Amino acid sequence: MSATIHFTIDGVEVTGKAGQTILQAASEAGIYIPRLCAHKDLTPHGSCRVCTVMVNGRPQAACTQPVSDGAIVENETAEIKELRRNLVEMLFVEGNHYCMFCEKSGNCELQALAYRLGIQAPRYPYFFPQRALDATHPDIFIDHNRCILCGRCVRASKELDGKNVFQFIGRGAHKRVGFNAPDGLGHTDAAVSDRFVSICPVGAILKKRVGYAIPVGQRLFDKRPIGSEIEARRAKGK
Amino acid sequence: MKQEDKTLIQDICARFNRDRTRMMDVLIEAQRALGYLSSDVIDAIAEALAIARVEVESAASFYAFFSQKPRGKFVIRLCNDIIDKLKGVDRVASALREQLGIDFGQTTDDDLFSLEWTSCIGMCDQAPAALINDKIVTRLSSDSIREIVRSLKEHGDFSKLKLALGSGNNSHPLVRSVVDNNLLQRGAVIFAPSEPSQALGKALAMSPTEVIRSIKTSRLRGRGGAGFPTGMKWEFARNATGDARYVLCNADEGEPGTFKDRVILTEAADLMFEGMTIAGYAIGSEQGILYLRGEYAYLRAFLEDVLAQRRSKGLLGDNVGGKAGFNFDIRIQLGAGAYICGEETALISSCEGLRGDPKTRPPFPAQKGYLDMPSIVNNVETFCCVTRILDKGAGWFAAIGTTGSAGTKLFSVSGDCERPGVYELAFGVTLAELLKIVGAEDAIAVQVGGASGRMVNPSEYGKKLCFDELATGGSIMVFGPGRDVIKVARAFMEFFCEESCGYCTPCRVGNRLLKQGLERFIRGMAEPSDIEYLEQLGKTVKTMSRCGLGQTSANPVLSTLQSFRSEYERRVVKNTSGLQPSFDIVKALRDSETIVKRKSVHVGH
Amino acid sequence: MSTKPKVATTSLAGCFGCHMSLLDIDDRILKLIELVDFNKSPINDIKKFTDRCLVGIIEGGCSNEENVHVLQDFRKHCDVIIALGDCATMGGLPAMRNHVPLKECLEEAYLKGPTVYNPGGKVPGDAELPLILDKVYPCQEVVKVDLFLPGCPPPADTIWQALVALLNNKPLELPYELIKYD
Repeated sequence: MSATIHFTIDGVEVTGKAGQTILQAASEAGIYIPRLCAHKDLTPHGSCRVCTVMVNGRPQAACTQPVSDGAIVENETAEIKELRRNLVEMLFVEGNHYCMFCEKSGNCELQALAYRLGIQAPRYPYFFPQRALDATHPDIFIDHNRCILCGRCVRASKELDGKNVFQFIGRGAHKRVGFNAPDGLGHTDAAVSDRFVSICPVGAILKKRVGYAIPVGQRLFDKRPIGSEIEARRAKGK
Repeated sequence: MKQEDKTLIQDICARFNRDRTRMMDVLIEAQRALGYLSSDVIDAIAEALAIARVEVESAASFYAFFSQKPRGKFVIRLCNDIIDKLKGVDRVASALREQLGIDFGQTTDDDLFSLEWTSCIGMCDQAPAALINDKIVTRLSSDSIREIVRSLKEHGDFSKLKLALGSGNNSHPLVRSVVDNNLLQRGAVIFAPSEPSQALGKALAMSPTEVIRSIKTSRLRGRGGAGFPTGMKWEFARNATGDARYVLCNADEGEPGTFKDRVILTEAADLMFEGMTIAGYAIGSEQGILYLRGEYAYLRAFLEDVLAQRRSKGLLGDNVGGKAGFNFDIRIQLGAGAYICGEETALISSCEGLRGDPKTRPPFPAQKGYLDMPSIVNNVETFCCVTRILDKGAGWFAAIGTTGSAGTKLFSVSGDCERPGVYELAFGVTLAELLKIVGAEDAIAVQVGGASGRMVNPSEYGKKLCFDELATGGSIMVFGPGRDVIKVARAFMEFFCEESCGYCTPCRVGNRLLKQGLERFIRGMAEPSDIEYLEQLGKTVKTMSRCGLGQTSANPVLSTLQSFRSEYERRVVKNTSGLQPSFDIVKALRDSETIVKRKSVHVGH
Repeated sequence: MSTKPKVATTSLAGCFGCHMSLLDIDDRILKLIELVDFNKSPINDIKKFTDRCLVGIIEGGCSNEENVHVLQDFRKHCDVIIALGDCATMGGLPAMRNHVPLKECLEEAYLKGPTVYNPGGKVPGDAELPLILDKVYPCQEVVKVDLFLPGCPPPADTIWQALVALLNNKPLELPYELIKYD
């Protein structure tokens, strides 16, 4: 097998390595493919579907799809952007996302993606689900209202922290993140220094007692769209 | 937790070698022994299997038949699929509510009965039907269900019910079920007379690659619905590297309106097991698994007996059929109520003792399947075809049916027709011909391929049933004059909302939105723009979903929008006021009026 | 009589913060009143519509029956309805009560809350008080909304640009910095 793989994304020649995913190769080449469940330090999950691209005309999740020689990948077409918008809007109405009092606002990847896609309001009706809070841990809050079921915490606890604090519970509309203790996170071996705490893309996992250390207006995505740092690589490369 | 219960859990786990991949069996046995899976039971299982408790809870909470709350001695699960609705399940439900004094989702105070709804249980030809624990009752009426409940109350024993046993092996001592086969037409392949074990003997006389070549020559395609060429799948698995290989048979027949595998399992189980054995020989496997849906648990003892007989005849075990070095055996993996497990990678997850989540592809099961080893997953009917192909020859098989769709197909026909049942017909029969055979020439709409299939209008009845025109895994649901296709579509969307695993966004959220969208049409609140809204939403779910369930779950909406567009168009009302018809101020004020004990002075009542 | 386009505004279940943000357009308000006449609005304290309006700007969602009537009245009198701010768009802070049954909410507020002094022991129900809805409804669930401007509050520039675009009959293209949900 040749180690180098050549393909195109929106007509741009991209070089990848065998075994890489489209998302990894794109990121290295300075092309941003939107994503929520994917994280560079974690095994791909393929659940949010936001990174879906067309590979030779067929929809595939870029975070799990391996690069292949000669593939024609479409990323930023009007059609795909519309479909991604719909997914992000679905996530907004499915949970309870009150950005105005969320500590994560400005650093939230869901919100940032909505900004990047130019969403002014979701076109779907809000579900206003009943979801729980868990404050049993001395240093960590869990707010299921904001959870988008991306599974980053589940994977981070296993793969990066060497623990097994979370797993998905229930199915379909009743699916949620569960803890390895019936009485809440405080009864697990989760620690505030664990990677799962900061890896949450939304405000579902927060450290206690550190609210608004960085003021709104100076946060990660307040001025620059999400993905800018990846796109900067390409600008630099040229 | 009582020490004896803890010991019991430890014994169950020990029986499965404390192997966490046998979690399904452990949970099934634990629930059978202790009634439900309490938090203590979950802890005890986690301890015995030496895994995190959340892993146990994760699997236990996924399947509809597992309960983490106490339930009655008799759990009555009434099937709520569309055909049961057409056949009067609502009257049965009312009788149950009335007689038990509880609603669905509840348990009687004497802990005798729990009432639940369940998705299609594979009895559409004898609807309305229900599961009582793992027994089946069919052709229910409000009178018959009252009598059943009365008798259960009196005797506390299902076996005391005076029920007429069904046809064929349904009367077998190990089955003793009221289910009828309704096998109304036998064809040349599956239900033709055949000599047992002849095919296996012929296969073992060939080399494994010759067997695969023969399957390829026969042009056999998977009977589950997707129609992937079987021989090619086997070749991939054979050529993939791995320390072991597995043959999995998909008997998770959950597609609404399908019940043909039920009849194979009852009347032709040997044919299927023989096909699995041939597959084992062909791909170099020593282990087969029959994944039997939880709804068909009533057939389990019978199927175990068939396997035992095959072992005693030397058709399973070491040196199968006298072929030195070919060792192959089959175990039955019972499911626990999850339609998604009919998706091949979800089925594998379930066999591994996990939640029934589909797996990421690639790698495909043929490369990395069960326990990460090369595996094939084929439908019950496909394995039966395999046996017959080896017996009668690839050319014989390929000559039946059409060029793209060789062989016969079992059709499960239900709904508004005179003769619901299973029909084995050569591929290429037109829908019109089938409708004539089953006595449904006045059908206004036919759902071909189950909930995930498509709704066909009379202008398409001339089309052929085959992979290239009207594809189906077997389900044919007939709707007669006066039926409302949008309500049918809504019933299918309710099914998908219930059965989505929730792994990916579009399927988990989009199906609920689609159902809500249909609701607007049914309640007369839709506007012209709602048609495009449904189309866009349907396209998003179809394009962006991760597995076959989500990629087809929008079909009820998309296909009715295509084939019955006028049904939607005649319901839309142009909105000139700018007010949302869905906003119901009377309802929105009801709670408030109750709390402050006065009526609104603005809103008329 | 003036031929300038007319603008109406209201605050439903909101905090008037969005109106404050409207005033934050600073001296451009002078430009604005050259361009438009304000009709029903707290800005000029006109209580009832006296004419048909081009634009109706709505702050806040619907929490009680009066909110519903006002919103429906706006829809009747305005060509374009703008949902201004997160409360109008998704319920906002008041919608936090959507996760608690109404009875519990009212009991906490009027009967059981730690700071409640209510010797009568009743939830207020005078006929002058509008009845509260079972939950807070975003505006688009009650009437058709033509344009959403998110934010808590939306930046003054967002409001300005939206109005200018509308008045000039141009499509609204907000730069990245001006779509914010916080």
